[in-house]
Amino acid sequence: MITVTRRYRFCASHRLHSELLSDAENARVFGKCNNPYGHGHDYVLDISVTGELNATTGLVVRLPDLDRLVKTEVLAGFAYRNLNQDVAEFTELVPTTENVALVIADRLRKGWRDYFPYSSARLSGISIQETERNSFEVVISQSAESAPSFISKLNESVIVNA
Amino acid sequence: MFITRKAEFSASHVCRVDSLSEQENFELYGEESHAAGHGHNYVLEVTLEGDPDPVTGMVMDLKELKEILEREVVEPMDHRFLNFEVPPFDKVVPTTGNVAQEIWSRLEPRLSGPHFHLAKIRLFEGSDLYVDVTGKKAA
Repeated sequence: MITVTRRYRFCASHRLHSELLSDAENARVFGKCNNPYGHGHDYVLDISVTGELNATTGLVVRLPDLDRLVKTEVLAGFAYRNLNQDVAEFTELVPTTENVALVIADRLRKGWRDYFPYSSARLSGISIQETERNSFEVVISQSAESAPSFISKLNESVIVNA
Repeated sequence: MFITRKAEFSASHVCRVDSLSEQENFELYGEESHAAGHGHNYVLEVTLEGDPDPVTGMVMDLKELKEILEREVVEPMDHRFLNFEVPPFDKVVPTTGNVAQEIWSRLEPRLSGPHFHLAKIRLFEGSDLYVDVTGKKAA
């Protein structure tokens, strides 16, 4: 088994603010990241694909196709955007990098079969650096592949906790 | 525990299958398929798993590991055109995956001792693409 990891970059702004919390609680929980005007980062996004090397091509995955998937499903909507305002998932969900990672994982899983109908290679992980000092990794096990989306699971637990 | 040693080499290559058309090669490999070739700075990270020797306190002598990486990988591949100068890449497409697999095959038999074995190699082709090859866990 071989894992190929491709690195992408995008910049975006966001504001960490939860409608479930009061203004004072938001300020306390999110600190500087709660600034009403928002702020931005240069994100580094690593996408990992696991599979067998094809004997003829020497490839686990066709990188031009992976690039097209990531550009179309993620980068086109995220790069040079305000995540809270421009990305549908974050109208209610706080765009912490944890949640950004899960949203990206969901989008890529959803598009996977359309872009790789020919391939048994699978999306095995994504990792995002928000800055050089912090990173967030989602490991996608084989059994989780057909599971419901990460975000819908998250929403269920918010409802339970509320 | 795991110990990791890094080595670097620079080499040129081209990724294309001769029996396929220009268009088909471009669909498979993108810019990597341009016939005259191009080059990368490769970075290799070699990770061993094992226990420190009770006397020396070392999983493996890093000087010896450095020499093996030099002999098996850096010396034959550094500043070479992989397709023309480094078998099996006269017959096997030198994708990052195949280069990593070849490095694994060269290192694996030389990096196993009573207390350690080769656990993983990571090969970076530039800073934005890398491949991990992992072995079976020791029983």
